[in-house]
Order: sequence, then structure tokens, then C-alpha cells
Amino acid sequence: MTLSVRLHHAFAALTLDIAFDAPPGVTVLFGRSGSGKTSVADAVAGLLRPQSGRIAIGDRVLCDTQKGIWVPPHRRRLGYIFQQPRLFPHLSVRQNLTYGARFAPPDSPGPTLDAVVAMLGIEALLPRRPGALSGGEAARVAIGRALLSHPALILADEPLASLDAPRKAEILPYFEQLRDHSPVPVLYVSHSVTEVARLATTVVVLENGRVVRQGPADAVLADPQVTPLGAGEAGAMISATVRAHHDDGLSELSVGGLRLLVPRVSPAPGETLRLRIAAQDVMLATVRPEGVSALNIWPAVVTGIRLGEGPGALVQIEAGEARLLARITRRSVRALNLAEGTPVYAVLKAVSVARGGVPAR
Amino acid sequence: MTGWLGPEEWAAVALSLRVAFWATLCTLPLGILTAHALARWRFPGKHLLNGIVHLPLILPPVVTGYLLLMTFGTRAPVGAALQELGIFLAFRWTGAALAAGIMAFPLMVRAIRLSIEAVDPRLEQAAATLGAPRAWVWATITLPLILPGILAGAILAFAKAMGEFGATITFVSNIPGQTQTLPSAIYAFLQVPGGESAALRLVAVSVAVAMAALILSEVLARRIAARVGGA
Repeated sequence: MTLSVRLHHAFAALTLDIAFDAPPGVTVLFGRSGSGKTSVADAVAGLLRPQSGRIAIGDRVLCDTQKGIWVPPHRRRLGYIFQQPRLFPHLSVRQNLTYGARFAPPDSPGPTLDAVVAMLGIEALLPRRPGALSGGEAARVAIGRALLSHPALILADEPLASLDAPRKAEILPYFEQLRDHSPVPVLYVSHSVTEVARLATTVVVLENGRVVRQGPADAVLADPQVTPLGAGEAGAMISATVRAHHDDGLSELSVGGLRLLVPRVSPAPGETLRLRIAAQDVMLATVRPEGVSALNIWPAVVTGIRLGEGPGALVQIEAGEARLLARITRRSVRALNLAEGTPVYAVLKAVSVARGGVPAR
Repeated sequence: MTGWLGPEEWAAVALSLRVAFWATLCTLPLGILTAHALARWRFPGKHLLNGIVHLPLILPPVVTGYLLLMTFGTRAPVGAALQELGIFLAFRWTGAALAAGIMAFPLMVRAIRLSIEAVDPRLEQAAATLGAPRAWVWATITLPLILPGILAGAILAFAKAMGEFGATITFVSNIPGQTQTLPSAIYAFLQVPGGESAALRLVAVSVAVAMAALILSEVLARRIAARVGGA
């Protein structure tokens, strides 16, 4: 099932002009604060009525201003996970979880209360009131509440934004599970590169109310032209297969035949995982560097260059099947005489591992 | 109680309780609706409605009573029409309840409106995204959350209705056993020589009823707050 969104809406400070399609899997609406991400999610949920546009899930039309179709929020069958948990304070956790269940069609596919409670580990919280929950606990209950309404689409609007780093690390795996084990498409709003790299199958990049780029996560993240958060946050996402775990605490991975050594990862040999390689952790050399401490040096070819307005530049390179970004200075681009097609060596200084598996899709 | 209070005094107390009870009960649904409209809806004439609701608070009660008499009196058009239907207001206890209800209405609306404004509309949005129709959202989310406000509004209105004097005496006069409410009775006793002791007994009853209402509302409000807040 594909979510298709076309909408136009003028606010006082921002004009939304949006068109994108979200295929199954996790589609991340990615952009800085104020780019209109939440308004798009609200329009999909029916909380914002766009001045013009059409929104549909598969062939079910939720909104079509030309034909005068408007499905009110409560008939859209969406699970909306908000930035704040928005739990009902006067109901117990159990009552919060089951609030939407009575409205789901009896034959609608979806998890049972027991399954959700087990997945989120909230058994002990069931009799409590939301007021007695920690931030992370409340976030998990909010996820469970959305799932139990048996939605046809899950909307998540920066569900981790209000949590501290340890809580984020605690909640993120649940979204990975959703992506990998639930047939329901997810539209996930975020301004965090980490979340995009870990969760996204598709990325839609928003800037000032417009879609500037959309496509598969690895392609969009490796595009030097797409840096909604600035070049400092740019970085590519690649998939790797675990080859072996070595005795010195390193794991050997294979990225399309290229060898990559990283600090020990948990997946067993043969399994795949996602890696994020920040552009500023990639150095380029035109001759193979000798005597450097970096373990990972890959032969590559320059496939794109974007000169920044400051002293920096983003260089896209292709190493085997993987596309990476390197952030270097404009001066280096000139000194090394880099152009599209120049053979280079990429020196990877650091690799951050996105825990959990790659999406099946 | 009847032994301690004279029959006339007891009649005044019972009448006042009856008047205040019906005044509160009948205005409550309208009060909730008005408070909701003022807190949440946008419509032309909202300021006018707000003004009309608050008018009895600003006008001298005698003026309100006289306006009621001009509208609902036996010879007034509305009053005559209601009499055709068998509804008698002027110089009846029902008229006293109407006067008390109108005088208490602004206080009730104010308390309920404040509590509705305190409800986070994002909770209602969340309920809607979970599939709940609007009426269900109101009954299961909004209403439980504003219950303390409704209670406070009702108690305030009840207390105001118990004590209403000016509009009542103007509209329905001061007929012992029929329209003589507690304040009217106190006033009447103070007009005759030797009536002080009876007036004093009624004053004591007034204080007791007021205190009981306050304590009751406090206890109920706390219970509801604990249920709603979940702490």
C-alpha cells in the first residue's frame, strides 16, 4: 500500500507545496524545524485541512479538494504517534492502550493487546496512570496505543524528540521492529540524521515547505546536493554483511566485496546491518596512503562534487556498490584536481553502526 | 429540625433548597453548552453572547427581576404564552427558580469555561486519530477532564441561588410558603418587632448550608482530581 500526498497550503510564515509517495516500509519526512514536516503529517491525519490537494492510501482517498472529499480524522484509521505522548491522564495505561480498539473494524488485521504489551515490555505499567510514567515509558505506551487501533498507516511525528539519548536508544528499536515485522507503512517525521539512517527505507527531504528530494534512503543520503541540516551532518548509509568477528575486538564486514573493519558488532556472521558513514569521517587521497592508522582504505571513483558557499565541499564517491560522501575543503578539491571520474582512495576514519537489521525491503 | 425552626422558617429553608436545586439542575446543561461554545467555538456574535451571559452579574438584581417581570409576568407576552401551556412563573416558586438560575448562570459558565479552556485540545485530537467520533471524544475525554470545573460551577451556582434576593423579590415577591426564600424570610423577619431570633436561626442555617456546600465541593473536587490526575 502506498501513501500518496499532494497538497498546497499557505500559512502566514510558510507555504506548503508538497508532492510525494510513500511506498511500504518507513518513509522519513526529513528536514529542519519549520520546514513544514508536522503540518504534512497533520494533513495526512486530517488534523489540518489543506487549501488544496489530494491524499490517498492505496485507492482509499482521504482528501481530495477538487472532488470535495474529506474523511474526518476518526474515519482515517491512522495510528498517530505524536511528539508528546498525549496519553489520556484520567485513564489507566490499559484503558489508554485499548481506547482505539473498539473503533477498529472487527476483521482488521493487527496485533493483540498481549502481543503489543509483550513487544513493548509494558506489562507492569498496565494498571498505572500516565502521570506515574517516565518519559520513555509514556513513549512506549503511546506507540502501543497507536498500534492497537489497527491502523492502515502509522504516523510518527518526531516521537523521540522529547526524550534524552538513553531513552531514544531504548525506543528506536521498537520502530525498527515495526519496519521489519509490520506490514503497515510508516510515515516518520524527523530532523535527526541518526533516525533517518537507522529507520528509513525511503527519504523525503523537505525544505521551506517543498520536497527537494525523495527516493530510497541510501541514494538520498549519499547525494551531496541534499544537505537539509548543513554539510556538517551529511553522511551516507550503506548495508554491510558480517564476515567474521576477530579476537582483537573488531568485526570484519563486507560492503559489496570491500572489506570493512569496525569495533565489534552484535549480529552473527552472515547477517546484514546498516552503517552510517559521516561525510566528515571520510578522507580522500589520489594515491594509496601508506603508514596511516586508519584501517579502512577503499579504492573509489569520484561521482559528484558540490562546492559549498564556505570553504567546504562535499564529494560523492563510489566504492564498489557503495556510495559515500566525503567532506573536504574546496582547496583540497583544487589541489587534488578532483573531478567526476577521478580515481581516489577513501580513508574511513570512523563508522557508526546502526544497530538492528537492515529493512527486508 | 422542625422543632427548632418554626413552620414558616422551615418552609423558607425548604423552598430555598428546592429553588436552588432546580435552578442549578436546569441551568447546568445550558451552562455547559454555553461554556463550551465560548471556550471552543468561533461564531459571529460570540462577544454579544458573552455579554448577555455576564449581564446579570453587572446589572442591579432589581433590574434583572423587573426585566423578568416584564417578560414572564402574567400579562407579558411570553408569560401569557407560557400560561397557555400551563407554565406559571410570576409569583410562583418556579419563577424564583428562574430568577435564581439566571442570576447564578454567569458564575456557572465562568467556572466551566475555565476548565474547558484548561483541557489540552491535542488530547481530543489524539482520541480522534484513534477512531473516536466527536461525541464519544467529548464523553470519554473532555467531560471527565472538566468534571471538577462542572462541579465547582454547580456548587457556586447553588450557593448563589440560595442567596439570591433582589431579582427574586422583584419577580415573585415575598409570599410566605410560596415564594418566600431564605433571604426573603430573613429580610421579612427583620422588618417586624421581635423577629430577630427567627432571623438569627435562619442566618445560622444559611451559614451551615454554605459551609456544607463548600466542604462537599472540596471533597468531591479532590476525589476527581485524584482520579483525573492519576498521581
